[in-house]
Parts: sequence; C-alpha cells; structure tokens
Amino acid sequence: MTDTNKYRDKFPAKNPDGTNIIDLESHKFVKVWQGPQHPGITGNMALELILQGDEVMSCKTHVGYLHRGFEKLMERRKFIQCFPLVCRIAVPEPDFNEYCFAASVEELAGIEIPETAKWMRTLILEMSRLTSFLMWIGGQSGAFGLGIVGQWSNLVRDYMLDRFEELTGGRIYRMFILPGGVRGLLPDGFKGRMEETLKFVETAMNDIERTMFSNSIFKRRAIGLGVIDPAWVDQYGIVGPNARAAGVPKDVRKDYPYLKYPELDFDVITATESDAYTRTVLRAKEIRLSVDLIRQLLAKMPKDGEFMAKMPNMLHWKIPKGETYVRAECTRGEYGFYTVTDGSGYPRRVNVRGPSYTHAVALMEKLAIDCNIADTAGLMTSLHTYPPEIER
Amino acid sequence: MKELLKDLTKRYGLSALHEQRPDEMFATVKKEDAVALITYLQGQEGFTHLVLLTAVDWIEDGQFQLTYMLNNPSKKVDLGVRVMLDRKDPVMESIHHLWKQAATYQRELKEMFGIDFPNSPRIDEPFILEGWQDIPPYRRDFDTKKYSEETYFPRPGRETHDPAEYMKKKLYPEEGND
Repeated sequence: MTDTNKYRDKFPAKNPDGTNIIDLESHKFVKVWQGPQHPGITGNMALELILQGDEVMSCKTHVGYLHRGFEKLMERRKFIQCFPLVCRIAVPEPDFNEYCFAASVEELAGIEIPETAKWMRTLILEMSRLTSFLMWIGGQSGAFGLGIVGQWSNLVRDYMLDRFEELTGGRIYRMFILPGGVRGLLPDGFKGRMEETLKFVETAMNDIERTMFSNSIFKRRAIGLGVIDPAWVDQYGIVGPNARAAGVPKDVRKDYPYLKYPELDFDVITATESDAYTRTVLRAKEIRLSVDLIRQLLAKMPKDGEFMAKMPNMLHWKIPKGETYVRAECTRGEYGFYTVTDGSGYPRRVNVRGPSYTHAVALMEKLAIDCNIADTAGLMTSLHTYPPEIER
Repeated sequence: MKELLKDLTKRYGLSALHEQRPDEMFATVKKEDAVALITYLQGQEGFTHLVLLTAVDWIEDGQFQLTYMLNNPSKKVDLGVRVMLDRKDPVMESIHHLWKQAATYQRELKEMFGIDFPNSPRIDEPFILEGWQDIPPYRRDFDTKKYSEETYFPRPGRETHDPAEYMKKKLYPEEGND
C-alpha cells in the first residue's frame, strides 16, 4: 500500500472534523466533473470532484440523469401492470426487482406459490446474479486499463443471455416472475445446454482470473484502494460483497433464507483486507459460487409440476390494506421492496431499497477523498453501483 | 421481539402494533418521541442497520407517514417505526447523526414529498430534480399525466391510438369498428 500522504503538500488545511478546507478562489484547486457521460462512471451519474494536483479533496455524487419516477408511476397502475416497470429499476439484474415485488404482493394478498415456482425463481435469480457479475468484472478490469477482460466476460454473458432467451423469451428484461409463480418450466434439453454454458463460464473465469490477479498494474492500483473499515458497515448501511470483503458476513441468502436457498449447500464468502482488490477477488469467488449453485439447483429441482398458483382476475385484483418489507440478496447486497396497499386495485406506495443508494452517495463521497483522480473510476466500480436504483 | 415491544409501548407509548411476519413488526410512535425511540433502538437494542426511510402520503387523512425500517442484524428481526406528520406542516427531526446515509434519504424526502428535516446536511440541495417549480411530485395530489400534457407537446406526425380500441381492431378485425 503506497502512502500518498508522504508526498502531500501542506495544503489544504483541515477542519476540526477532518474534512478539507477548500477555497476555490485560491487557485490551488480544480473542479472536475466526472460524468454523467464518462466511461469510468457506472451508468448515468456524475461525480463533482475538487482536486489538488491529481488528488481528490472533495467528492459529491449527483444523480437524476435517469429519473423515470417508477415509484410514482406504479401508484397509478394495477399490480400486474407494475411488472414491466419494476424490472427496469436495475438494468443488468431485473429479476431481483420482480421477485421482491412479487413476493411482497403475494405476502399482502396471502398467496402461497407452488414448490416448482420456488425452484424456478431461485434458478433465475442465481442466473441473473451470475450474468450481472460477468458484466461487472469487465467494468472493473476496464477501469484499470485491462480492456480485454471486458470483451471476454461480455462474450460469456451473451451465452448466458441465450439461456435466458430460451427459458423466458427475453434477453435483458425477462418478466419471468409474476405474482403467483413464474411463467413457465424448463424447456427440453435446457439442463445440458446450461451445463455447457457453465463450463464455458468456468474456462473464461480461469483466463480472467489469471489475467487480472497476476497483473502487476492491476495489483498496484487496486491494492489499498478504497479501504472500508468494518465499523462503517452499520454506520453507512453497507451491505453485500462490500460488507463481506470487510469481514462482516452479511448475506440475505443465509441470514433471512428465502425461496429454496435453505436447501442449497453454500457458505458465505468473506475476506478481511477490504480494498478494491479484495472486493474483486471476492466477487470472482461469488461467480464460482453462483455457477455451483446453478448446478445444485438443476440437479435438485423437479422437472415439472404446478408453476402458477390459482390467481384471481388480474384486472380486478384488489389487495387488502397492509404494508410489508421483503428483501433478497442481489449481486450488490440487500435489495428490498417496501410495499403499502390500501385495499384498492393499485399499490398505495412502493419504495425500493437498492444497495447503491448508500454505496454510491454517502460511502463514495467518503472513500473518494485522498484518492488519485485516475483511480476514482476503479473505486466506483469496486463498490458496484447502479444509478437507476438510486433515483427510481 | 414481542417482549421488547411491550416494554417500548410502556416507555414510548407505541400504538397500532402489527405483526406482519414473525420477524417483522410495525408500530406507530408520536412525532416527539420518535428520535428518542430510534436512538434507543440503535444504541441499546441492537437495531444498528437503517434499511430505509420513506414516506407514504395518506392524503384523505391529511397525514404523511414516515417509515423508518430498522433491522437488528444479530437477532435478524425488522421493526418498522411509523411516524405520522401533519400534511400541512410536515417537519421532522433529523437522524443524520445516527446514520450517515440518513441525510441522503432526508434530502430525497424533502424534494419528493416536501417534508423538511431542519439541520440535515445539504437538505436544500436538489437531489434528483433540478429547477423544479411545481409541488413535490411524489405527493398524491400531483398529477403526472396532467403535468406531462401541460409541459410537453406531441411531436407533429405522430399518431396516438387508444390501446383498447387499437388492439380490438388488430385482433378482431371482422367485428368492425363499433
């Protein structure tokens, strides 16, 4: 870990609370906007950085470039009409939104879903996790100049999208999970083709890991970058791999078992170093875990059976007054829907709790300070944030 | 969990207790006692994780409902603390000193619902909307359809179809246009 403070000019002076005193009029600082259109930013958001030399003195996150008002739109739509909306809240992994919303609506309406539907939901959530991680690892390596990894991982992701297309008919937005169950069963020969794809994922991961984790540039830049103190985990609302890399074993799949996760054999992966490099290694292990879980699911799940509960007419479906919070573990940690109903055919209020809400704003603004401007992109990607779930 | 709630009801006067799931409870607390209760829950009872902070607009009752979703990671239980605010003067004490991310939630609530949290950091800076002049858009009395019809105009050369009529014509052409 390089000690950047050694080379630091005596400016700027610090406030008593440890923040830098910044005077833009002194001409010692430069204000730079990273984003909203910048390859080093995850999606459409912007970082307002104030630099001294090439070091970040202050960082402010700006969102709002992608606001589509989903939560408001849902208040004017019937429950079934909300499903094409919720999947758009987190683009690379829409299924977690569908599951959380479907599960909260089912809980409020008192609907039990069939066993096969639970297996199918678990399968598609794991597939979605794997696909999203594959997209992320390309971004992480690209942010440190390893463009080739992104090309490999996106190729593999494309094969996964083929499996999604085969299973659901959709490649990006699947809308496979509906209230009461899922839209279908496994097609013939799916297990064999999935196994082929998983083998391909593993081969590609061998190459990716060799390329990334034995690359000295990647190591030099990522080790020691953006260290998260375990004490911040509760203070900043840190969840998922970011918390697990700091040694806090937070995993909704284990802590609040849902669907068929209790029947699967896996351990929560944790690490201790908590820098960008450790988070990358941890997520690479998560990819391997996802592959393993998909294999376990395909081996254990029933081939056929009821996959949709008996539902009332969707156009006249009214749900009694109530409120609930349902969570699931997405790639970035705890994802949840807080749903309030008032006895009508429309949700009263839906609030989405995305992990990026805390990671990209409060945490990023803290971690970016004293970081080199060239490393902010890598730091941001190592937190794995998606802006659409911040502004819903 | 139930014993804790019984104890809290005595000390903080909780009302409208509701068990949604064995590991998820909701309770309403008076506005004046809310921050004291949340501080106690965080410091003494292990509810160290602020899951979310959001508002529900009960326009017919003239009230906003603030929901503080708190989670106890060691006992693995959730408690939703509801606070009812008067819709005419929605002001609430800030909890940014308890959790760093609370300031972001409060900024969003100020912008989207017009609920003020005095002394919360950067509370008056726009979070998502820039230069917004209308009433806070997530309130129930803000009509999104009316707003878009007044603010935007249809591009010339674009046809609009009534979805029901259009699908009927497409799917059942033999039935005519009645």
